[in-house]
Amino acid sequence: MHFGPHLLLAALEGLVTSAVLALTALGLSLVFGVMRVVNVAHGEFFMLGAVLAWAITTAIGGHPALGFLAALVIAPLIVGAVALVAERLVLRRLNYNPEATIVATIGMLYIIQQLALTFYGPEARPVEPPFSYRILLPWFGYSGYKLSVISASALLLTATWLVLTRTRIGLVMRATQYDSETAQAFGIPVGRVYGGVFALGAMLAAIAAVLIVPISQAHYLMGQDPLLLSFIVVIIGGLGSLRGTVVAAVLIGLSDGIISMFFSPTLAKIIATLLVAMVLVFRPQGLFGTASR
Amino acid sequence: MSEASPAKAYALHLGVIALLFVLSFLLPEYYHGLLARIMVLAVFAMGYNMLFGYVGLLSLGHAMFFAAGLYGAGLAVIQLGWSVPAAFLCGIACGAVVALVIGLLALRTTGVAFMIVTMMFAQVFYLLILYFASWTGGDQGMVVPQPARVLVFGATSLELTNPTVRYMTALVLFSIVLLVTLAIVRSRYGRVLVAIRENEERTKMLGYDTFSNKLAAVVVSGSICAASGAAYALLFGYVGSSFASVQYSILPLLWVLLGGAATTLGPLIGTLFMYYVIDITSGYTSAYLLIVGIALILLVLFFPKGILGSIRQRWLGWLP
Repeated sequence: MHFGPHLLLAALEGLVTSAVLALTALGLSLVFGVMRVVNVAHGEFFMLGAVLAWAITTAIGGHPALGFLAALVIAPLIVGAVALVAERLVLRRLNYNPEATIVATIGMLYIIQQLALTFYGPEARPVEPPFSYRILLPWFGYSGYKLSVISASALLLTATWLVLTRTRIGLVMRATQYDSETAQAFGIPVGRVYGGVFALGAMLAAIAAVLIVPISQAHYLMGQDPLLLSFIVVIIGGLGSLRGTVVAAVLIGLSDGIISMFFSPTLAKIIATLLVAMVLVFRPQGLFGTASR
Repeated sequence: MSEASPAKAYALHLGVIALLFVLSFLLPEYYHGLLARIMVLAVFAMGYNMLFGYVGLLSLGHAMFFAAGLYGAGLAVIQLGWSVPAAFLCGIACGAVVALVIGLLALRTTGVAFMIVTMMFAQVFYLLILYFASWTGGDQGMVVPQPARVLVFGATSLELTNPTVRYMTALVLFSIVLLVTLAIVRSRYGRVLVAIRENEERTKMLGYDTFSNKLAAVVVSGSICAASGAAYALLFGYVGSSFASVQYSILPLLWVLLGGAATTLGPLIGTLFMYYVIDITSGYTSAYLLIVGIALILLVLFFPKGILGSIRQRWLGWLP
């Protein structure tokens, strides 16, 4: 293959990464934006989604599309319920103190990871894609499923954006994000909003995981990379900014795909992590965010 | 920390050291080895406590300082053939330099950003160890050869692989660091650090340069953690990248939280307690991470002051 098609392939792979990353990072960003909680267990909600997708498709059997659709609905609901319980039992009792919640979510990370290892095991297990149609380009054939992941993610991101900007629920969420005390004074049930946002954030990660699991396999340690990458995306995009998150996800996904194809993946990660740490040090509001109030 | 009791505090600490010395002759072999390891790791926790407990800076990247000492000492012995004391000092120096650079950058941020930045720098450090696998052994790690692990004093030579020598060396390091932290905490400088923790703006108003005080604390904390790492490499003979992973940044936080942040003996108690809990439960289950996770959540929920912190609050107000 020549350089051009090679680059196209790298870019396509990068876009698939971006699509999944944008959803995961959006969840992290919403939770941080509204609740001011850094959820270190976010990657584990992602992993839980993938593991549940495997469990559900195996349990249902039959045509792969049937199991996949069931997983796409059920897995996020279960993950959301787990997140809601964790929020009620732990985070709320800590009054959302930033440092205590970080320690607590680290605890959740270990608990979820260990339970996955105990009940699911150390193997990586595949999930069959719902359809296996290959789109033939002049230079290589490309999986139609991967392209559908990109469009599904775009659809979900647009839906989230519409909910946030056009509906009453979105208004309530934005009001809570802007000033939770005043929101409370105006009769907004801030506690319930927090619970809902935490569950929604986890569900977004779970949906992203269900989408990606037919491409990469389900494994109990698979939450680590998405967590780090989501942090990177959220920081570069500016904490709590949806547009910034999407732009940053595309940027990071594409550059990760292209750098990994031509250089060592470890080197790509080193450069990305170092750059982000520097952004956080010298421009804490992110590249696209505005200075905090 | 009342003023009236320096003698009481020093007596308590010397008593703990004496107790550890006596235990060396009483413990069965297995626990003897375990306690040596715990003392070295307690030094790591004390270094972490210096920054987290006294300055109130929650770092999620201290594995990098421990690993700097571990690799600084390990590589000096393996690749350069240095003697044990020189390698130990090299490890501490590496930790101090890393801490200085990281401190200069990370201290520009506060709060949550500080935690994430330290975690990211530690991740970069970890990935660098994997990337330069031809020198560091990558994720396989390296074994420090037994013949190199010898302390030579003139005509006598002490083999660090001997359990008694190992225990005593660990005890010496532990005692020095314990007394040094006690002295720092009781000094003027220690009080400035606590003042920064309680109210940084006001401390600044009073004319203290909070940035350089915090930077000094990061360097002291990093050097102590590096000393622990260097001792670990030389005493136990294994240098591995897993010691640089996120998990080893979380563990000292857990030990300090459990024992009691901002107490001088808390890190030892926390490390001891956690090690024995894991040791006992590993008889029933291999899921020790589950216990770490549950312990973290229960601690922040119900016991934010830790064991010694609660004891100090209830009964012994003079505890340093």
